[in-house]
Amino acid sequence: MIRSLYVHIPFCVKKCLYCDFNSYSMSSGIQDEYVEYLIKEINSLGIDRFQTIFVGGGTPTILSLESMEKLLKELSKFSPMEFTLEANPGTLDDDKLKLMNSYGVNRLSIGLQAWQDRLLKKLGRIHTLDGFLNSYNMARRHGFNNINIDIMFDIPDQSFEDWIETVEKVKGLKPEHISAYSLIIEEETPFYDMNEKGLLNLVDEENERNMYWFVVESLEAFGLMQYEISNFSIPGYECRHNITYWLNEEYIGVGAGAHSYVSGVRYSNKKGVKSYIEGIKTGNAKENITFISTDDEMSEFMFLGLRMINGISKERFNQRFGVDIYKVYSREIEELKELGLISEKDGFIKLTKKGIDLSNQVFVKFLRG
Amino acid sequence: MSTERQRRIRNFCIIAHIDHGKSTLADRLIEMTGTLTQREMEDQVLDTMELEKERGITIKAQAVRLVYTDENGEEFILNLIDTPGHVDFNYEVSRSLAACEGAILVVDATQGIQAQTLANCYLALDHDLEIVPVINKIDLPSARPEEIKQEIEDVIGLDASDAPLISAKVGIGIEDVLKAVVEKIPHPAGDENAPLRALIFDSYYDPYKGVICYVRVMEGTVRKGTKIRLMASGKDYEVNEVGIFTPKYLETSELKAGDVGYITASIKNVKDARVGDTITESERPAKEPLPGYRPAIPMVFSGIYPADSAKYEELKEALEKLQLNDAALTFEPETSLALGFGFRCGFLGLLHMEIVQERLEREYNLDLVTTAPSVIYKVIKTNGEIIELTNPTNMPSPSEIDYMEEPIVNASIICPSDYVGAVMELCQNKRGVFKNMEYIETTRVMIHYEMPLNEIIYDFFDALKSRTKGYASLDYELAGYKESKLVKLDILLNGDPVDALSQIVPEERAYARGRAIAEKLKEIIPRQLFEIPIQAAIGSKIIARETVKALRKDVLAKCYGGDITRKKKLLEKQKEGKKRMKQIGTVEVPQEAFMAVLKVES
Repeated sequence: MIRSLYVHIPFCVKKCLYCDFNSYSMSSGIQDEYVEYLIKEINSLGIDRFQTIFVGGGTPTILSLESMEKLLKELSKFSPMEFTLEANPGTLDDDKLKLMNSYGVNRLSIGLQAWQDRLLKKLGRIHTLDGFLNSYNMARRHGFNNINIDIMFDIPDQSFEDWIETVEKVKGLKPEHISAYSLIIEEETPFYDMNEKGLLNLVDEENERNMYWFVVESLEAFGLMQYEISNFSIPGYECRHNITYWLNEEYIGVGAGAHSYVSGVRYSNKKGVKSYIEGIKTGNAKENITFISTDDEMSEFMFLGLRMINGISKERFNQRFGVDIYKVYSREIEELKELGLISEKDGFIKLTKKGIDLSNQVFVKFLRG
Repeated sequence: MSTERQRRIRNFCIIAHIDHGKSTLADRLIEMTGTLTQREMEDQVLDTMELEKERGITIKAQAVRLVYTDENGEEFILNLIDTPGHVDFNYEVSRSLAACEGAILVVDATQGIQAQTLANCYLALDHDLEIVPVINKIDLPSARPEEIKQEIEDVIGLDASDAPLISAKVGIGIEDVLKAVVEKIPHPAGDENAPLRALIFDSYYDPYKGVICYVRVMEGTVRKGTKIRLMASGKDYEVNEVGIFTPKYLETSELKAGDVGYITASIKNVKDARVGDTITESERPAKEPLPGYRPAIPMVFSGIYPADSAKYEELKEALEKLQLNDAALTFEPETSLALGFGFRCGFLGLLHMEIVQERLEREYNLDLVTTAPSVIYKVIKTNGEIIELTNPTNMPSPSEIDYMEEPIVNASIICPSDYVGAVMELCQNKRGVFKNMEYIETTRVMIHYEMPLNEIIYDFFDALKSRTKGYASLDYELAGYKESKLVKLDILLNGDPVDALSQIVPEERAYARGRAIAEKLKEIIPRQLFEIPIQAAIGSKIIARETVKALRKDVLAKCYGGDITRKKKLLEKQKEGKKRMKQIGTVEVPQEAFMAVLKVES
């Protein structure tokens, strides 16, 4: 059963300097047109219920009130249990929040990234700290009681003190959920070019790891428990939608460039806004169709599942593949245990602390070929 | 004494420095004489190997028969033999030259004569070839044809006053070249009825026909059914087919004195029909073979191992197949503690080595680990025994060695006079002994050095290019052996010596080189889960140490949005990278490490 739907809104006021997501700065006319076709795609799914819906971007809250209403109305028909919308400071207002509330959006994810205005500027964000606080408080006033805040470390020029300040102040806001990422310099972003030219002052690996383990310990002491490499929540407030990915379960993505995993096939929609619209018109918006063999499925199951702090349930592996995990991966598991990168307890195999730092080294072991 | 038939034949080759336009000129000649139609033409038509086209070099000789009608309506057969141009293939070049009566000397109107051109030109003069100078690239704004003519006269002593000024690229002056070939190059002679003497200037292996011998018939006649003998190998065969090059093979009834063509005779291996050998008749053998034959002698050795040790047999078969077409390639099995089973291969030079490696990787789809090349050292032991050492690992312990000798070459370098200081400094650094220097024109000099071959096979050529902004050219030939103080430099990873990284180096350089290699390896070996010490040692004495720090972080921070395929691709790329590593003990070493150790400045 397909439990999760992802909805992509590929628009931003302005792209952040580090961002390689599928997002563009486009006129509201095109945005409205896009939503029309997005709804067309949603209507064509032939599914009437999703347990989770995640509207991400880009900046979903950039949409006009009218377009947003059309879209949310359509999505509310799926009566999701968890209904998340990414909201960016500077694009949120009372009317939009009211609308979200009325159509059953029950979780907000707000990108703050850093507490310091000078770092926000460095990242190319369009908002200041005050802008964020405004949005956050507004959302609380509207009764949203499940909010995630994104924060980021290893930002150029960010000191350890800056990071401590970000973590401590964000804790003070008492969000139900925090995502804490280290900045990744992705190709084809302005940051990539700047980094190539040596213009970014980034911390070394040792400090980066210290920042990471600081946030883990600080949040856990506060009751925000780590449940995935980069995600923390009050118990019971884990993001179910994202857990779908990590459990390697099926999902559907709609909108430009959105990815789907259905019946052993992974595919994505056309990436550009125009080519997506054209694709929906002609009934041919899919591309990159990949059939996932059992070997691939097992690898994916492993490297996604190990991202979760509890790790992989041996029983779930057995149920899904009809074979014992040790029949398939005994050598890999033994080697990794020997290296101190994974451990096993109560039927779960999980990353150790060292394994988290070197998680790619663990994941590649489970790739075949 | 010559026949009318012979009077209408010209056999010639083209001599040029790389990039001076040899292949382009050949293309134009083929086009102009209508040998191939426009549709059949492609660039560098005679360079059939993918590798040749890509690198713009000629590795194997080729031949093509052009039919040229002059302004009086007289028809001539022009046999163009396309020769390799690199110093590694000097012997092959000399055999191609021996098959000709003349040579077109192509000189770049912007660059002038280069060391390589000069070397091949002298080789041509040694074979009494008539040389037709041609000045190419006159369409370029920086062309200086008059100066270049003067240079040809001053340096080589050839009259270049009426040298055709051409542009092979845009097709200027090609007719003049054809005219000059007919007018200046002598036609072949030789008695068609004498006992057969045909010179093999190259040979190819064809799975259906066996070895195809590319020959120039000097005397006599050969046709299908002729019983022939290869004079060097002493083996007898019966001719299956003779023919000419159009440039495809075209069977003809016979080849006679003066002709260039091919012979097949169910010969199983190119080793039995080596370049330079003479084909004669079994029943009426010639008294003497043609002069100049010598078996190819490898000068540079390196270990070639399959990256995946399960591919040993495949590598062996691939080497055997390559050898079918390359009599100069030698190989014998060897074992390395670090790399497992592989082969010690012998090559004519570094280019030859690179070509063989590339062909193995591309044409046979093999992933290889290659060790740093070595020359043949002579080890004179205290008990009087002499060892020819091609693998540093086999060097006896110092107490057993009386002394050692290393091969020496005579190197000549041509460069603009501004760079003399830089070139001399480099040669001095590479243990060169200055011989002399001559001005070939007011601003260019030719410098002669005696140098150890092992200095040349390291990074010499690259260093020469970079110090002269690419203006210097190099040529060298083996000049014997000299006593030298040499030591074996070992490299230890994680405390264990890695045999495949051992090198023989001059004693006075050992420290500097040991340090440089350790530093280089530190750059190349990626950080791993634990700290890796890298040490350089002579005997039991550690002379350098570096450390690769343990890997601290290897994380994909984000993983959502559902784009699992992309995450997986990143991981797959990482895995691919790991597979290209060689596991040595607990350390993963990238394959290029084994070669990179020789490209260090010390």
